[in-house]
Amino acid sequence: MKANYTSAKSLGLVSCHDCHLLSRWQEPSRGQASHCPRCGAALHQRKPNSLARTWALVLAAMIFYIPANVLPMTVTSALGATQADTIMSGVIYFIHSGSWEIALVIFTASIFVPFMKFMILIYLLLSIQFKSIKKPTDRTRLYQLTEAIGRWSMLDVYVVTILIALVKLGVLANIDAGPAVIYFAAVVVVTMLAAESFDPRLIWDVVEEES
Amino acid sequence: MMHQIACHECDLIHNIPPMPTRAAARCVRCGSVLFRAKPDSINRTLAWTIAGLVLYVVAVTFPFLAMKSGAIIRETGLLSGIQQLYEQGIIPLTALVLLTCVLVPLLQMLALLYIFIPLKLNIRLPFAIPVFRLFQHVKPWSMMEIYMLGILVAIVKLAKMATIIPGLAVLAFGLLIFVLTFAISAVDTHMVWERLEKAP
Repeated sequence: MKANYTSAKSLGLVSCHDCHLLSRWQEPSRGQASHCPRCGAALHQRKPNSLARTWALVLAAMIFYIPANVLPMTVTSALGATQADTIMSGVIYFIHSGSWEIALVIFTASIFVPFMKFMILIYLLLSIQFKSIKKPTDRTRLYQLTEAIGRWSMLDVYVVTILIALVKLGVLANIDAGPAVIYFAAVVVVTMLAAESFDPRLIWDVVEEES
Repeated sequence: MMHQIACHECDLIHNIPPMPTRAAARCVRCGSVLFRAKPDSINRTLAWTIAGLVLYVVAVTFPFLAMKSGAIIRETGLLSGIQQLYEQGIIPLTALVLLTCVLVPLLQMLALLYIFIPLKLNIRLPFAIPVFRLFQHVKPWSMMEIYMLGILVAIVKLAKMATIIPGLAVLAFGLLIFVLTFAISAVDTHMVWERLEKAP
């Protein structure tokens, strides 16, 4: 990247997260915050403690990801027989019953997307910490991708909530939520917060420093 | 009039000339969209938002899904389905579904009305700036389209056990997803901030 690219930070300016107004950056005194003159949002040149926060949230989400996959999502009881289903056994059920499209949708949203989000965020964090200057544009795209697709993992949580609301037929058929649902919802919410606490401008700071 | 803006993704400074409508300004370094100039933003946002509110009322009040298994028919609404989660004691899940599929979309539409009606009438209401900030912050947490996909999956999943009959509310809910998306994409964020700043 060429040196004639000038960032707001290097000019002593700060861009507001909420309204994008550029203003002159003044280091606030301890325990205080600077506020945007237009909209009043707290100003930061970079999101505060971005790397540490993102690491913490990604690790927390990875821990929740284990019970979310191991424990049952739904407990179905029909005429005395009880069956507990995990996410993966739900996917396998759909493959066997011939709806492989649905199996693919659930596998992608529930297993693949969260896993990709972990991998991408960890890769981005490490690339900044090891001061990588390679392909900053592609890394910015990867970040935008994780921001955009993360919410789709909520799919299986919604499926469970719809099933347990509908299938309440006493002894005939009954579906209850399993313990994994809460962990799975936590994975989605925490990874969304992790993506939000990551600051893609850190990628470009390294590129500017190293050039 | 030129104005300066920093790219949200890479912090590069740009001088933006006045832009023709429907044009998008992109960052010259990382390619992210800086902003788009939207045509007739105020009228279009208001029109879509009002249409959205009508659909919302239908989606919340009319029967949502019915399950038919033999002679048994079981009907749920959007809200009564959520109430059943609550009765089963899964409070965090109840809160999550209620927020992402019912309250956040409503909040988005009410916020748009609160911002855009005064812009249209050239008047000023208190708290317009915090309301618009809130509108921007809740955006990722509106997940109606994912819920809709969840309904489709649930229908396929129950196909062997029972027939699922989608109610009028599901149709309204499905349309609302598109209408609310159009309303939000008609918002010219840059114009709104300029107007909010200038207002007395």
